[in-house]
Amino acid sequence: MRTLFDKVWTAHEVVAETADTPAVLYIDLHLIHEVTSPQAFSVLKALKLPVRRPDRTLATMDHSTPTSTDQVFGGVPIKVDAAARQVRQLEQNAAEFGIELFGMRDARRGIVHVISPELGATQPGMTIVCGDSHTSTHGAFGALAFGIGTTEVGHVFATQALLQRKPKTYAVNVEGRLRPGVSAKDLILAIIGKIGVSGGTGHVLEYRGPAIRGLSMDERMTVCNMSIEAGARAGMIAPDETTFAYLKGRPRAPQGADWDAAVARWRTLVSDPGAVFDASVDLDASLVEPMITYGTNPGMVLPIGASIPAGTGDEVFDKALRYMGFHGGDAMLGKRVDVVFIGSCTNGRLADLKAAAHILRGRKVAAGVRLLIVPGSQEIKREAEAAGYAEIFKAAGADWRESGCSMCLGMNGDTVAAGQYSISTSNRNFEGRQGVGARTLLVSPFTAAASAVAGRITDPREFL
Amino acid sequence: MEPLTHVRSTTVVIASSNIDTDQIIPARFLTTTTKEGLGSQLFADWRYLADGSANPDFALNRPEARGAQVLVAGRNFGCGSSREHAPWALLDFGFRAVISTEIADIFRGNSLKNGLLPIVVDDATSAWLLDHPGAQVDIDLGAARLTLPTGASVCFPIETFARHCLLNGIDELGYLRSRLADIERHETTRSAAAT
Repeated sequence: MRTLFDKVWTAHEVVAETADTPAVLYIDLHLIHEVTSPQAFSVLKALKLPVRRPDRTLATMDHSTPTSTDQVFGGVPIKVDAAARQVRQLEQNAAEFGIELFGMRDARRGIVHVISPELGATQPGMTIVCGDSHTSTHGAFGALAFGIGTTEVGHVFATQALLQRKPKTYAVNVEGRLRPGVSAKDLILAIIGKIGVSGGTGHVLEYRGPAIRGLSMDERMTVCNMSIEAGARAGMIAPDETTFAYLKGRPRAPQGADWDAAVARWRTLVSDPGAVFDASVDLDASLVEPMITYGTNPGMVLPIGASIPAGTGDEVFDKALRYMGFHGGDAMLGKRVDVVFIGSCTNGRLADLKAAAHILRGRKVAAGVRLLIVPGSQEIKREAEAAGYAEIFKAAGADWRESGCSMCLGMNGDTVAAGQYSISTSNRNFEGRQGVGARTLLVSPFTAAASAVAGRITDPREFL
Repeated sequence: MEPLTHVRSTTVVIASSNIDTDQIIPARFLTTTTKEGLGSQLFADWRYLADGSANPDFALNRPEARGAQVLVAGRNFGCGSSREHAPWALLDFGFRAVISTEIADIFRGNSLKNGLLPIVVDDATSAWLLDHPGAQVDIDLGAARLTLPTGASVCFPIETFARHCLLNGIDELGYLRSRLADIERHETTRSAAAT
């Protein structure tokens, strides 16, 4: 009786771990981007080593790339010089080492964790790594996917393997069903609120139960994406018909007879009945409310109708509230909104844009509020334009951009000014994450869109 | 890498819990393409005031921080982004060890690969260290033992192989490459199983 994680781990164990040495774990797919790869390429050059399996490596640029159309397509140079250098360096490195790159003007470019599933490159049972902690996203397909540092990026380049200690397993059992206006983002924020920002440290989460089975792939990716925000390296969901339907026909997915064989294999990727997990937690999705963070880590989160806990006397808690300009006892509803950001590897997919469009249709962004909507990939941008969402966004007064990480992290020119309140669908409300002094409140796309229209923090169910 | 056996130093205390890697090194400094020079940007948003001058209230700016190689921090240090720039910045500033009651997984792995010791201690030891900034501590990596100036000492958990590599100045990549024949065999077997 093995867990899903055990099955994937064992299938990739080149050498099992011992008391003295970690396991050698084979890596099926290595995703790279411009920010965490340059120093790893430098190591290869110094050691005169090739990338061992360029055919198992995909490169894109997303973190430091601008999202304004003139800088991406219009011939206007990238405004941030250092970012322009990083982009050039990845172009050179990819060419030198024979790695496929979805570059600045490629129609398939986008956020690394959005394009790999979109291409069908992310598949059940794979091991997937990337120099980015939100690699946990790919676990939505039943892959074991986790973020690594740049030294490990170099290890995978040189060997297609990593030295790893086997993590523990953690079952997140979710009963019931999410109610209208409550999204996968609210569910994962509720889970993080329950187990805490380090509750998953040393573990791989497996999200299970009827509420998880009822989620679309876009929603499952939102859940797995934020596993790292609970401290877990990875989050996984067993593949099922929803997974297979998503992957079928995608360019990098198996085709023809190979497809049938692959699906037969993928069906075995479930935790056996009676498999034992090292830890577990139970939630009822039907009790989850729209959630919002009020502090400076994703565990400082509340149902949107709740009030901030009164001062606990904890210095760190008080410091977080001071940074946010909030006080214990404050209601979240009605608080000021300056910037609204809809996008990121957490909530930049078509289902997220559809949710935002549902609320923004025929409505206007409140005066004094800036709404930035950034698709997770160029493909999603085209799909949102074809579905008419982009027109709804523009008519509402939103700024509709090219794909990228954008305002999730302030390193590409899209930033929130000091002291401003940003209602954001991204994954981290850390101090300064969206710009020096920026105050971030994490929410779902529904809540972000509703708050943009109302000009204050609003329960999205008022607009459904 | 140079062998690392001992760290004997005074401590600097930043008592906050959940210090994330965006605080250690904010994203706007990640546009670098080298590992060097990040020390001046370490904890930039806490360390410098809006006008760029040093914040006198911040621990790293106090005179006793000069030369300190051990950072003592609150619970769950290094959470968030996988950026290896975080240990690079700490090392470039001069730190060789971080002590907390809990250290986030990716940061811990990145630190070990760069010769920054991630040391997890019990609540009582942590509380003593948080209350005594500037304490002279001795970290014996071979014995995996931390000794306080009171004479009290505690063992800390550290992954055996990473410790072996640090003590002997061995690069883990060399070991991994020594297993290339196993990796090739794995590839052949798995492609036969059509995975």
